[in-house]
Amino acid sequence: MAAGVAAWLPFARAAAIGWMPVANCPMPLAPTDKNKRQDELIVLNVSGRRFETWRTTLERYPDTLLGSTEKEFFFNEDTKEYFFDRDPEVFRCVLNFYRTGKLHYPRYECISAYDDELAFYGILPEIIGDCCYEEYKDRKRENAERLQDDLDSENNQESMPSLSFRQTMWRAFENPHTSTMALVFYYVTGFFIAVSVITNVVETVPCGTVPGSKELPCGERYSVAFFCLDTACVMIFTVEYLLRLFAAPSRYRFIRSVMSIIDVVAIMPYYIGLVMTNNEDVSGAFVTLRVFRVFRIFKFSRHSQGLRILGYTLKSCASELGFLLFSLTMAIIIFATVMFYAEKGSSASKFTSIPASFWYTIVTMTTLGYGDMVPKTIAGKIFGSICSLSGVLVIALPVPVIVSNFSRIYHQNQRADKRRAQKKARLARIRVAKTGSSNAYLHSKRNGLLNEALELMGTPEEAHVGKTTSLIESQHHHLLHCLEKTTVSPSPATPTPPPPLSGFRTHILKLVQLQKSKSVPFRVKSSEEAPEEWAVTEVGPALPCSALRPHPTLHPSHGPFSVTEAKGSACQSPSSNGQISRSCYGPQRRISGGPTLVLGDAL
Amino acid sequence: MLTLEWESEGLQTVGIVVIICASLKLLHLLGLIDFSEDSVEDELEMATVRHRPEALELLEAQSKFTKKELQILYRGFKNECPSGVVNEDTFKEIYSQFFPQGDSTTYAHFLFNAFDTDHNGAVSFEDFIRGLSILLRGTVQEKLNWAFNLYDINKDGYITKEEMLDIMKAIYDMMGKCTYPVLKEDAPRQHVETFFQKMDKNKDGVVTIDEFIESCQKDENIMRSMQLFENVI
Repeated sequence: MAAGVAAWLPFARAAAIGWMPVANCPMPLAPTDKNKRQDELIVLNVSGRRFETWRTTLERYPDTLLGSTEKEFFFNEDTKEYFFDRDPEVFRCVLNFYRTGKLHYPRYECISAYDDELAFYGILPEIIGDCCYEEYKDRKRENAERLQDDLDSENNQESMPSLSFRQTMWRAFENPHTSTMALVFYYVTGFFIAVSVITNVVETVPCGTVPGSKELPCGERYSVAFFCLDTACVMIFTVEYLLRLFAAPSRYRFIRSVMSIIDVVAIMPYYIGLVMTNNEDVSGAFVTLRVFRVFRIFKFSRHSQGLRILGYTLKSCASELGFLLFSLTMAIIIFATVMFYAEKGSSASKFTSIPASFWYTIVTMTTLGYGDMVPKTIAGKIFGSICSLSGVLVIALPVPVIVSNFSRIYHQNQRADKRRAQKKARLARIRVAKTGSSNAYLHSKRNGLLNEALELMGTPEEAHVGKTTSLIESQHHHLLHCLEKTTVSPSPATPTPPPPLSGFRTHILKLVQLQKSKSVPFRVKSSEEAPEEWAVTEVGPALPCSALRPHPTLHPSHGPFSVTEAKGSACQSPSSNGQISRSCYGPQRRISGGPTLVLGDAL
Repeated sequence: MLTLEWESEGLQTVGIVVIICASLKLLHLLGLIDFSEDSVEDELEMATVRHRPEALELLEAQSKFTKKELQILYRGFKNECPSGVVNEDTFKEIYSQFFPQGDSTTYAHFLFNAFDTDHNGAVSFEDFIRGLSILLRGTVQEKLNWAFNLYDINKDGYITKEEMLDIMKAIYDMMGKCTYPVLKEDAPRQHVETFFQKMDKNKDGVVTIDEFIESCQKDENIMRSMQLFENVI
């Protein structure tokens, strides 16, 4: 039921009184409105822009976010309004949907942004009104095509590890940039196509006279040379065709494809000529077969993007072309008939029959105007002028459709090429960002430890040595630490004596290491090892005991911690006397008597 | 020879006639000359009728609704009919949205006539409020009066069997075909017979307003159902 009509429900219910006197049975009880509150205004604050509406307006659609109790999650107690941190422009459309029952799609909005907003508010896009539905669907389709394009080109770029020889060859044919061999092959075939076409053309040029006979075309004068050239080209083409046939994933489909038909048509005349040189009667027909050699020029479409687009456009505009042809034919027949009867009276008229007038009509309608057939009577001239005017109109009409189709497809291709070109730059940027973030992570690890160590020392001013990271960054790094702790297994400890210490740095190192070992989740087993942990205090110049106090987990009274063999038990606070309450933070530590410095490399 | 001349002459005239007609059409298209006196654009302006209702205080005095109720009712009304009046087609459309399973156009037609008290073909907000006021806030007498008015199609003060049959068929049409148990073909007729047996006291084949009110007041069910929709607004 539409939203507006819901307002008429009280009327419909009241009108039901008209049935009461005729009713045979008693009526059921009416449902009572339990919480009948007065209609109140709700304030919706969307990113600062305030929208106000009645509560009942929103409750018209109870299965959306705004109509159900889900909006209570966004209620702000202090300001007594519902706050949404979303786009206010799209919210306008959403709210209008509640008000009028019709959902509109604004043309200036990006389709994915709009979809996201609709999904957020729990509204299905299918209820977009008829006025805007077409536009929405068109944009959605375009977007999907673009994404599909990206996906396809991505898949093409992926290097498939193990390709059979056939598959590599096919890929080389389809995409000449994959390997040098393919590129060489591409250029060689292109060159030979050009050579073949040029020889075909030059063959017919008159080449000067051989003394004692008439002017000969070059083809007959240097017939041997031309024959050799032709043979060479045809051999190359044949080899190429056979290779493609061999490499094609689906031979049957390849044979039926347009390009393969063109290939066959291009080389067939030569072979037929070889077979039929002896028979004189058929050689006449054979000569006409030569005309098919010109089809070799279509082989260039493998080399030229624009030619392919043109062919594709013509194919997709088939209906417009058909309309053009049909209307032209109609007009030609009409005007030819009229002209014939108009010119019948005049003497020595060239319009001998209606089919003869066809030629005049075509020439006039396409505004060629050769002038070989001209009307002489007044009526003929009147109708002739009407014919030429209408010809311009009829031809001009379907042409823009074809042009716009071509333009659309051409630009699509342009965009795809641009995207592919920019892809390299894009990937490079992404790579830089990734390495940047992982560098930041390592950096923060160092700095975090450094900071803690400095805090230990009680030198607050130096505690800010490390680079300040935002809260989100530090939380992210913490998360990565946890992951490390989870996945890295502890290696068995080899007791090594702590290396000799010197200087402040090593102090820090030791301190940090000490501290880290406190946070280690593993429980130190043997009690004899435990003292070694604290052994650090012996090393180096005496550290103020206060430095050690901040450790909540460091209790000298704490007895043995037991080393667990558990691998990957990071981030678990061990039970019993273990008090490693600190969650995982810090680099992976290797436990035991002589904790080795994993940190050393970082510093 | 003559025929040839005539042919060429004929074609010449035809050609000239064609040119003259085409140029006239072109001039008409350009708007320089007009053939017909009344053009279509004027008609469009007449179609949009706008109606503004009386003041809120006046309506409040005339009907038994409070100001707030009138506000809510008007908002719903204006939302559906921005021009301020409902014509019969819109009325039928709105009503049919409540009864999708059957055909409610006939009943909606009768209902429209009952609401359109001044019979001008359009229900304005005042008519709407007047009707609703009786139905929701009126006395039982008034409600029965309104129902009688609804059944009396030609408004002559008598309900005949034919009128009742029409009403009954309209109500049964609203039910549609998908009822369980399936209604028989002559169910409306039987229903009318039952009604007349109950209502027609002097068995003269028509039901007057007094017979109607008297019989209804005697029937418990009807009395109770009249109070059913008291708290709709």
